[in-house]
Amino acid sequence: MAAGASLLLAPWWLPVNASRQGVALDRHLTLNLWIILALAGLAHLLLFAGLLLRRDDRDAAGSRRRTLRLEYLPLAAFTLLFAWLALRAERLWAANRYTGADPAALQVEVTGMQFAWYFRYPGEDATFGRVEASLLDPGGGNPLGLDRGDAHSTDDIVSSELVLPAGREVDLRLRALDVIHGFAVPELRVKQNAIPGQTVHLHFTPITPGAYAVLCTQLCGLGHYRMSATLRVLPESDFRSWLRAHVPDRGAR
Amino acid sequence: MNKRLNPARSVAASFSPSLRPVRSQNGFLRRHVLTTDHRAIGLLYLLLALISVAIGSVLSLLMRLHLTWPERVIPFHGPILPEDYLALVTIHGTLMLFFVLTTAPQSGFGNLILPAQIGARRMAFPLANALGFWITALALLVLLSSTFAPGGSAISGWTAYPPLSAVAAAGPGQGLGMDLWLASIGLFAVGTTLSAINTLVTVVRLRCEGMTWARLPLTVWGWLTAAMLSVLAFSVLLAALLLLVCDRHFGTSFYLPATDVVNGVLRPASAGSGSPLLWLHLFWFFGHPEVYIAILPGMGLTSMLLANFSRRRVFAYGTMITTTLMIGGLGILVWGHHMFVAGLNPFAGTAFSVSTIAIAIPSAAKVLSWLATVWRSRPQRTTAFLFSLGFVSLFITGGLTGPILAQPILDQYLHNTFFVVAHFHLIMAMAGVFGLFAATYYWFPLFTGRMLGERLGRLHFGGTLLGAYATFLPMHLTGLAGEPRHYAQITGLPNAAAGHLLAGTVALNRSITIAAMFLALAQLPFLINLIVSLRRGRLASVNPWDATTLEWRPGLWRVEAETPAPIVYRGPAHYDRINGRINSLPQWVPFAGDAAISSGRQIAEE
Repeated sequence: MAAGASLLLAPWWLPVNASRQGVALDRHLTLNLWIILALAGLAHLLLFAGLLLRRDDRDAAGSRRRTLRLEYLPLAAFTLLFAWLALRAERLWAANRYTGADPAALQVEVTGMQFAWYFRYPGEDATFGRVEASLLDPGGGNPLGLDRGDAHSTDDIVSSELVLPAGREVDLRLRALDVIHGFAVPELRVKQNAIPGQTVHLHFTPITPGAYAVLCTQLCGLGHYRMSATLRVLPESDFRSWLRAHVPDRGAR
Repeated sequence: MNKRLNPARSVAASFSPSLRPVRSQNGFLRRHVLTTDHRAIGLLYLLLALISVAIGSVLSLLMRLHLTWPERVIPFHGPILPEDYLALVTIHGTLMLFFVLTTAPQSGFGNLILPAQIGARRMAFPLANALGFWITALALLVLLSSTFAPGGSAISGWTAYPPLSAVAAAGPGQGLGMDLWLASIGLFAVGTTLSAINTLVTVVRLRCEGMTWARLPLTVWGWLTAAMLSVLAFSVLLAALLLLVCDRHFGTSFYLPATDVVNGVLRPASAGSGSPLLWLHLFWFFGHPEVYIAILPGMGLTSMLLANFSRRRVFAYGTMITTTLMIGGLGILVWGHHMFVAGLNPFAGTAFSVSTIAIAIPSAAKVLSWLATVWRSRPQRTTAFLFSLGFVSLFITGGLTGPILAQPILDQYLHNTFFVVAHFHLIMAMAGVFGLFAATYYWFPLFTGRMLGERLGRLHFGGTLLGAYATFLPMHLTGLAGEPRHYAQITGLPNAAAGHLLAGTVALNRSITIAAMFLALAQLPFLINLIVSLRRGRLASVNPWDATTLEWRPGLWRVEAETPAPIVYRGPAHYDRINGRINSLPQWVPFAGDAAISSGRQIAEE
């Protein structure tokens, strides 16, 4: 049972899963795929069998009983099956999305722009500094338009790779500067669009240390295909030292 | 009556549809081009769709070739740049969705067949009909001309999400190319709305005596439901397009936020504050009904053809009418399933998920009816029947992934991957095209007096089914492996982790490309068949398929004035068994006994 379950949990056709919520998602996806494979097989079997068998016109016109038996009973079964699948799916969706992240979750801001992702950590004061569109200066090392005069911004860490600790929940706030971008990490089973003018939250828990791809999955222009970044999931202690190493100089007392 | 009793006299000469009208002083131009005759307009629509599908297919092959061999240089063009790839994506999608799958089933075969099938002599508004076609043709020209715009065609896909589509600086092709795209789709929306109003009024007002709603063929129900959806959906699209034009040129901010920095340029602070999400709502309010507009006529035709060649009643006819309407009705309540990860309230995700999965129920009812109709019927396996069977197969295979994508938690992984591409290409593109092929093989004799060759037809069917599955089934796997849509390249990516993720899909992608080329080649027998059969095909009898619907009524396609208005006595696809032999009971024959003499084929055999 356990062996069978683990086989189902790590299907060869999916990239490895490195997140806590991905386990249930994979299980539900696999269940769905088996069910539709069986239904497609069954329907084709009936189609071919019906073509090959001898003609039989008894009651072909469709009496009330035959209609009930061939149309409405299978339909009722089908409805129940899909209602059950939908219920399972909605429970998972609710668990992932209906409520926000735990207040203790790690805060990271993700900003998409043609054609790069930037990640910002609030630093020791746990508060993101002010950003201002007019201060944007990608060439001058300020791709997010951070207001250096704001006290909260002095300890903000801006990075072009996303580094996260394993086993701790993350609360991402997604922003886009120019057009809609799609933040996606297939190995964490998460995807959420970043929309200009709006901040969208997304929370999840990476569990397996490793390097994973952050992709853009919403057509954003000619460089769409190369708008990717690296996510490194580190053990908690390594993550802390990474943070320490990246505190900006001017923030040092 | 006398005319009808002489059906065995074949045939081509006695036909006088638009292809062979009575010789008159009218020239070619007036008969075929500047015409308000619905059959001529229908043929023009089919011609437009044929041109569009040919171009659209070539574009898709270029996309596949580039994805598989990105360094290859196209003769006379040079390398395909990322923006070229996205222009290919945009024009391919726009051509196929709008100019093929919307025009051919609905306006093409709708004009050709619908009036005859309800016993009307013409469409309700002939002038609006012709106007609709010429606006649509102009829309096609405008779309194709965008290739020559500075920067090329638009690169924002057929869904044209702002701000990418709203700001000219967002990419090459987003200047004049995008304006031309907007103009083209705006024109198309007007043309299609005219055509849809025409269809609606024709079905409601011009049905002949005895053609009650319950006796209406399911093809007509398909056209009617699609027309209702068209009127609703395209008017909303037109409004959405106008707002986008205002954002682009008149400083409004329907879809643009207060601060938007595109390509280093900040939008003036004086502009208002809108949201790109408004476009997503409006576009998908149109976009989802649009895919049902493309497929509903095919669903109706499949029901009718399976029944006709099985010599059976359509199983659960009343339920099939209801489910057609249900699919149309639910179709306008599901647009949010394109937006599960777009930034909607998560509760809305749940609501749209439920309404979307609900569509699986009427769809499954249709599949059950198709299975029951052909079950142990030993059908006549004509090419038209085979394509209908293929439609059922593709509808099942492509349809079952629908409920998976309708679950927001799974969409959170599968959204915008090739799994989605596989889903809609099987259920909408391939099933839709199979419906068109079935229609072509089935109705070809009606217009030409000649049959399409069955041998080439079967070759065409086998190759197309094999090619369709070999192309689109593996896309499910590359999608599950994480391959996103709209990527100009999946190799040579700057990011190592992304390259590693997608490396696993390269081999499968190569096989998909080869299968796609095979699928294109499999259309050669069809084109040869069309050309050869037009001149040298076997002569058709008046009702070669022993059909029961009104378009096959003997004499209907002769000089119109001679044809008396029909009276309908029963629903379509009725048969009875006399001495072990199954006779069709056409809709226009009063008594069962008359059925035999009204069927040209049986007379010829006797």
